[in-house]
Amino acid sequence: MSALTSSPAREGRPGILPWLAVPALLFFVGFAVVPLVGVFLLSFTTWDGIGSIEPSGLTSWRAVLTDPGLPHALWVTFLVMAVSWAVQTPASILLGTFLAGRQRYRAVLSLIYFVPLLLSSAAIAVAYKALLDPNFGLGAGLGFDWLSKDWLGRPWLAFGVVIFVVSWQFVPFHSLIYQGGVQQIPKSLYEAAQLDGAGQIRQFFSITLPQLKYTIITSSTLMVVGSLTFFDLIFVLTEGGPGDATRVLALDMYKRGFQASLMGPASVIAVILVLVGLALALLLRRLGGRDAGESQLEGV
Amino acid sequence: MTTTLTKPQPQKTARRERGHRRGTTAGRRNWLGGLAGWLWLAVVVIPLYWILVTSLKEQSTYYASNPLALPTDPTLDNYRLVFESDFVSYLWNSVVVTVGAVVPAVAVSFMAAYAIVRGWRMRFLRVVNGLFLMGLAIPLQATVIPVYLIIIKLQLYDSLLALILPSIAFAIPLSVLILANFIRDVPKELFDSMRVDGATEWGTLWRLAAPLTRPAILTVTIFNALTIWNGFLLPLILTQSPSQRTLPLALWTFQGEYGVNVPALLAAVVLTTLPLIILYVFGRRQLLSGLTAGFSR
Repeated sequence: MSALTSSPAREGRPGILPWLAVPALLFFVGFAVVPLVGVFLLSFTTWDGIGSIEPSGLTSWRAVLTDPGLPHALWVTFLVMAVSWAVQTPASILLGTFLAGRQRYRAVLSLIYFVPLLLSSAAIAVAYKALLDPNFGLGAGLGFDWLSKDWLGRPWLAFGVVIFVVSWQFVPFHSLIYQGGVQQIPKSLYEAAQLDGAGQIRQFFSITLPQLKYTIITSSTLMVVGSLTFFDLIFVLTEGGPGDATRVLALDMYKRGFQASLMGPASVIAVILVLVGLALALLLRRLGGRDAGESQLEGV
Repeated sequence: MTTTLTKPQPQKTARRERGHRRGTTAGRRNWLGGLAGWLWLAVVVIPLYWILVTSLKEQSTYYASNPLALPTDPTLDNYRLVFESDFVSYLWNSVVVTVGAVVPAVAVSFMAAYAIVRGWRMRFLRVVNGLFLMGLAIPLQATVIPVYLIIIKLQLYDSLLALILPSIAFAIPLSVLILANFIRDVPKELFDSMRVDGATEWGTLWRLAAPLTRPAILTVTIFNALTIWNGFLLPLILTQSPSQRTLPLALWTFQGEYGVNVPALLAAVVLTTLPLIILYVFGRRQLLSGLTAGFSR
């Protein structure tokens, strides 16, 4: 790392540099690190959100871990994560590769593609709820039977809708990341491949995809950790229903804590959420074979 | 990897600038991507078109007409209805929270990113950086229960400041990461010559690093504005009274108030998004190029 700095003598004195990081550090410690420790501590207490906080040992943990709702919520969370990853990643790679090209209409298309990202999850959920209404929505209005199902009233359909709407919202963002990744692949690789007689598809699989490896890791990390925070969309769209079909961990936490006033068990769920997020980030880092953070720091 | 950094930096910056025009897939047909492109266009456009068209229909014609047909006599009544609710005050709240959080968030993130890049040899700054990176891996929403507790203890519950403070904290990890990536590209020689001229670190920060990384600062600003403007969870748990509502939360409550008046509801959707659309029209190029460069490295 010392190779990073030109001459130790000149940059030897710390000066004000450390102080420049302090304001950000204060905000981050106050509203992220302290709460992170706090949520762990709160998981060993009983609190209704208004009254006093009483220590209660492992009561909350026992309650949550023996609750059949937890494995279900975990299962739904992983399913949402896996399926939305599997849907969004190929779509984003294809779109990103496509948008990185020089087609003249590309600029116009990317202008339109990006619009869903401007809408809040609440707005998207409100709109899709109306759009998918079995009696007055798009399907009923057009007279298409296949479109006028009770989309949010049946467990698997509702799950599918959540995946679709999530993809609708986030594919634009990830295709943008891939677009940037594709644009950084050296052109000489393609020229060499062309000389060797490799076709379109061959080039895509032998050059574009392997070269996008780190972009895939970055995008997947954002996607996977992000999917743990799908709260607003699911909350407004289905409220976790029908039944508990779309009750992901984040929603489970909100419902236990802020609706049922059981902050202890809700904190347990939050701790689990943190652990899952950390585990997934570490796993992805290992899969990538390099530290996503470090690599950014080395400016590769 | 370290060797690339000991090489003269300008080369690297130049490479990035050329990146945009280089267009590696230039001129080649990419039918698979093309097919996906057009398909996705339909998936994106149809719901957006439906939202806009429906918001211009009267409630009575909404149920009778073809949902994708243009309204026979378009009306702005739905928009008037939304405006006659407290829309303007919700809009104002959203503006206050967004500006109040984004400006400090970007300022402190920029200072921290500068310190981390310039003082990378210092253990303290590496630890700080590690902390922020951890924030990227952790779903920060999981910390809302203690945040709620802290806000109550600070007696800020049900105020706009209650939304601003955590929003700043949540914005820091990604902002620092993106800004640090860009500050790292500023040629080292420039910093050195500033130092020779006797500039302080503070002066270098604002007079050299800030102007040179202006595109990145703008990108981070727009991106944070987008996230905070659309925030839902914090307003939901940290405010209570209608007077403190921000737009996404207001939209959710409209849903109950307007009941089956779908056109009015969709007019509200359009109106809550309009400020961002305007921002997007002006900042689009900046946002798109900044995000592609910021995330894909």
